[in-house]
Amino acid sequence: MARYITQRLVYMVITMFLIATFTFFLMKFLPGTPLSAADRLSEEQQAVVLAKYGLDDPVPVQYFNYMVNLVQGDLGISFQFDNREVTTIILDRIGPSLQIGLQAMIIGTLLGMLLGLVSAIYHNGFLDYGSTFTAVIGQSVPSFVFAGIFQYFVGVKLGWFPVALWGTWEHTVMPTLSLAIFPLAIAARFMRTEMLEVMGSDYITTARAKGVNKFGVVFKHGVRNALIPLITVLGPLAVGLMTGTLVIESIFAVPGIGDQFVKSINTNDFPIIMGTTLFFAFFFIIIVLVIDLLYGIIDPRIRLAEGE
Amino acid sequence: MDNHKPNKDLFVPVDTREDDSEKISRPSLSFWQDSFIRLRKNVGAMIGLVVLILLIVMAAIGPSLNEYDQFEQDLSRAKMPPKIEGMGWLGMDGTLSTVQTNDSLDQAETNALMRFNNDEDYIETTVLNDGSNGEPAEVEAVYDVYAAKDMEEQNFWFGTDGLGRDLFTRAWEGTRISLYIAFLAAAIDMVIGVAYGGISAYYGGRVDNYMQRIIEVLIGVPNLVIVILMILILEPGILSITIALTITGWISMARIVRGQILKLKNQEFVLASRTLGAPDGRILRKHLIPNVLSLIIINTMFTIPSAIFFEAFLSFIGLGLPTPLASLGTLVEDGFQSLQIYPHILFFPALIISLIMIAFNMLADGLRDAFDPKMRE
Amino acid sequence: MDNLLEVKNMHVSFDTYGGEVQAVRGVNFSVKKGETLAIVGESGSGKSVTTKALMKLIPMPPGRIKEGEILFEGRDLAKLSEKEMQKIRGKDISMIFQDPMTSLNPTMKVGNQIMEGLIKHQKMSKAQAKKRVMELLELVGIPDAESRIKQYPHQFSGGMRQRVVVAIALACNPKLLIADEPTTALDVTIQAQIIELMKDIQKKTDSATIFITHDLGVVANVADRVAVMYAGKIVEIGTVDDVFYNPKHPYTWGLLGSMPSLESEVAELYAIPGSPPDLLNPPKGDAFASRNEFAMQIDKEQEPPLFKVSDTHYAATWLLHEHAPDIDPPEAIKKRVAAMATNSGKGDRS
Repeated sequence: MARYITQRLVYMVITMFLIATFTFFLMKFLPGTPLSAADRLSEEQQAVVLAKYGLDDPVPVQYFNYMVNLVQGDLGISFQFDNREVTTIILDRIGPSLQIGLQAMIIGTLLGMLLGLVSAIYHNGFLDYGSTFTAVIGQSVPSFVFAGIFQYFVGVKLGWFPVALWGTWEHTVMPTLSLAIFPLAIAARFMRTEMLEVMGSDYITTARAKGVNKFGVVFKHGVRNALIPLITVLGPLAVGLMTGTLVIESIFAVPGIGDQFVKSINTNDFPIIMGTTLFFAFFFIIIVLVIDLLYGIIDPRIRLAEGE
Repeated sequence: MDNHKPNKDLFVPVDTREDDSEKISRPSLSFWQDSFIRLRKNVGAMIGLVVLILLIVMAAIGPSLNEYDQFEQDLSRAKMPPKIEGMGWLGMDGTLSTVQTNDSLDQAETNALMRFNNDEDYIETTVLNDGSNGEPAEVEAVYDVYAAKDMEEQNFWFGTDGLGRDLFTRAWEGTRISLYIAFLAAAIDMVIGVAYGGISAYYGGRVDNYMQRIIEVLIGVPNLVIVILMILILEPGILSITIALTITGWISMARIVRGQILKLKNQEFVLASRTLGAPDGRILRKHLIPNVLSLIIINTMFTIPSAIFFEAFLSFIGLGLPTPLASLGTLVEDGFQSLQIYPHILFFPALIISLIMIAFNMLADGLRDAFDPKMRE
Repeated sequence: MDNLLEVKNMHVSFDTYGGEVQAVRGVNFSVKKGETLAIVGESGSGKSVTTKALMKLIPMPPGRIKEGEILFEGRDLAKLSEKEMQKIRGKDISMIFQDPMTSLNPTMKVGNQIMEGLIKHQKMSKAQAKKRVMELLELVGIPDAESRIKQYPHQFSGGMRQRVVVAIALACNPKLLIADEPTTALDVTIQAQIIELMKDIQKKTDSATIFITHDLGVVANVADRVAVMYAGKIVEIGTVDDVFYNPKHPYTWGLLGSMPSLESEVAELYAIPGSPPDLLNPPKGDAFASRNEFAMQIDKEQEPPLFKVSDTHYAATWLLHEHAPDIDPPEAIKKRVAAMATNSGKGDRS
C-alpha cells in the first residue's frame, strides 16, 4: 500500500509539472499581453507594465519564477482586474462552485444509488425498466439542456425558484438539480449492474441458506459489496461535475469559478484562464487520488493485503 | 400405469452406435450472427438506430428542404416563432402568447398588450380570471407575429433567430457539422488508440512499459483542461475542435485494446488453438479480431456522443465555432440568450442534440449487451 | 413414519429465452433421520438443482417448482411462503456449498457470518452467539478461534474457508444437512480432510445428510444410500452395497466403470459415449437410450418406470422388465465391481 501511494504521488507530481510547463509555454505563444488593450502607452510606461508582470525577463527566468510562484500558490496577476491576484479571485469565487458541486454530487449519487438498488431488486420488472430508462436519459441529455428546461419551465413559467443569480438557498436549487442528473444516472446504472452481479454471487445464496430475510440479504450482504466498486466512479463523476459547473454557472449566473472562467475567456484574461485551468487540473488530480486511496481503505481485501 | 404392460415386440435391441448421441442439437452461429440476432431483439437499441438514421438523413437533406439559406440575415423577420401549416395544434402556429397577472384587471390587460408593443390589430386578449374572486386578475394575450409582419405566406418551421436566419436550415446544418466533428474525432481516436494499444500489447516488454508510463501521466490530465488549452492555441474551427477532442480521446481506446489483447494472448482457448498448430493468421482472424473489434465498436459508439457534448460545451464557454457557422453547440448557446421570451430558439437544437445523445447511448448499450460473451447461453 | 424428508414427483423447470428447461423431471426419494443419502451423477444431471429446490434457493424466476411435494417432517415445503421458508433455512435444513472461495461474504467478518443464523433462529445474544461460534470453530477444526472470528474470508485458506462454511451450516444443529459437492473445488489433500470432518460431524451430531457428488469414491466412504441421477431423473437408488455391488442400470455401470482406482488391476477405464441430452427438448422415451449400448426399441418409445430389485433397491431401466433379454454388465465392469468388493472386504466398510 505504501509503495502504491508513493508511486501514485510521483505520477501526480509529474503530471502536475507537465501541465504547469505546458501552460506556461502556451501563455508565451498566445497573442494577448497586458499591453494589447493599451497601445497608446509611451515606451517607459510599457516597460513599467511589462516589468509589473515580469515579462521583461528572459524566458527561462520567467519560467523559473513562474514555477517558484506556483509552488507557493501564486498564480499571477489578472490583466483585467488591476492588481488582483488570480489566487485571490479563485478563492473568492470557490464558495458557490463548491456548494453547488457538492450538493449535486451528494444528491445525485444518493438518489442514483437508490434508483439503481430499486432497479436491481425489481430486476426485469416495471420499476427496473422505468429507472433504467430514466438513467439512460439522464446520462445522455447534456446538463445544459436540463438547465434550459428548468430555467424556462420551473423558473419562468411556474416561478417556483429564481431564474438566475445567487443569494438564498432557493438560488442553488436549479443549478444543483441540473448538475445532479448526470451523477444520478451514472450512479444508478453502476449500482444496478453491481447489485445484480452481487445478488447472483454464491455468498448471497449462503446468506439465504442461513435463513436471512430479504431485507438482510439485500442490505447487509448485498449493498455493502455493491457499494465498494461504486467508489471508483466517484472520481470521474467529480471531473464531469466540474465540466458541468462551467456551463451551469454561466447559465444561472452563479458567481463561481466557472462563471469567472467563461467571462475571462471572452475578455482574453489569460492569467485567470491559465490559473483556473491549473487549479482545475490540480484539484481533480488530487480528488481522483484521494478516491482511489479511499477505495483501498474501504475494501478489506485490499486494506488487509498489507498486513500479511 | 399402463407403462408396465408394453408390447413384447419392443424388447429387441437396437443399434445406437450410429445414432445421434454425439450430435450437437442447436444450430451453430458465428459470433457476428449471434450478436446481430441479439441486437435485433433489443428494443432500445433498435429505437436508437432508427432515430439515429432519421437524424442523419435530416442532417443530409434538411437544409435543402425549404427555400431559406442558413446565413441569410434579415432583421425584419428576427425571432419569428415556429410555424408549420397544419401543425397549429402542436403550438407551432406562428404566434407568441403571454399571461399577465395583476391585482387590477385593467393593468393586467395593459401589460399583456404592452408585451407585444400594443400592436392591437394582431393581439387577441382573453381574460382568464377577472379578479372578482379575490385572486389576482389574469389576462392572456396571443400575438400573431406572421400577420403583424405581413409574412403570412412565409413558413419558418423552427422559427428564426435574432438575426432573422431560418432555424430549420441552421439546425440541420448544425447537426451536420456536429456529427461531422464527432465522427471525425471518433475515427481519429480509433486509429490512434488501436495503433497505440496494439503496438504496446504486441511488442510487450520495455516498449510496452514505456508506452504505459506515458499513458499513466496523460490519464491524470483532466481532458477538460487539455481541450481548453488546445483551443486557446489553435483558433476555434472545425478542425481545431476535432484535434482538441482527440488529444486525450484516444487514451481510453488504447487502454482497452491493449488490455483486451494482453488478456486474450494468454487465454486458454488461444493457447489451445496455438498448441493445435493454428497459424498466427487464423488465431488473429478467429480469436483476436472478433474479441477486440467488438470492444472497439462499443467504445467508438460511446466516443461519438461524448464528442458531440464537448463540441457543445466549447461553444458554451466561448470557444466554439466562430460565427456565422452553426453547430448544435453554437445554436444552443445562442438559444440561451433569449430563452425567457423566445424559448423556441433553444428548443429545437436542444431537442436534436438530446435525441442524438440518447440514440447513440441506447445503441451503444445494445451493442455492448449483444457482444458481451458473458450473456451467451 | 421415520422419514425426515420425502420428495414426491418433484419437477423443476427454468424458463429461458430458448424455452422451458426441464432440469428436474419427476424425482422421488426419502431421507431417514440420521441417514446419509448420496446423490451422484454427471454435470447437468440435475442433482444440484434438486437440492437447491428443496430449500427453495433456486432463483425464482426463472426457476420454478412445477409440481410435486417436498415433505419435511410432514410439512410440504413446496407450498410454504418465502417467509416461512426463512424460518426453516439454516435452522432445520442447512447447506454447504461447492466453492468456499466464493460462498463467503468478502466484506463481513467470519465470526459475524457464523453468528448471523444463531442470532436469527435461536434468538441468542451477541455474547452467547460468540461462545457458540467458538465451539463451532473448534468442532470444525479451526484453531485460534478467538482471533480468527475477527478476520475476513480472504485471510483464510481454501480448506479453512470450507471449514467455516461447514460451521455456518452446523450452527443451529440442523436436522438435515445438504452438502453440494463440498470437496470438488478443493485440493485433493484438503478434500480428504473435509470428508473426514464431515464423517466426524455425522457421528457427533446425528444430522441426516444429503451428499451431492460426482466422486464415487467419496460416496462409498460417507453414504448409507445412493441415488444415481441422469437427465433430471433418478435412474437407480439403493443402499451403497446395492448400487456398488449389484448395479442394474447401464448408466450406473458406466459411472462405476469410469471410476479410476489405484488398487484395481483393470487398466482400462470404461467411458460412456456421447453427452447428456438437451433438457430444453428432452428426448422421447428413455433419456439415456442414445448412449446406451443395450438400448432396445422400447427405450426409444416409452420412459421406463422404477423397477423394484429388492426392498431397498430400485432402477429405472427396461432391462429389468420380464420381457427383456437377460443382459449382463460388460466384462470390464464386472471385474471392477469384483475388485471393489475384495477391496472393501479388507477395507474399512462394515
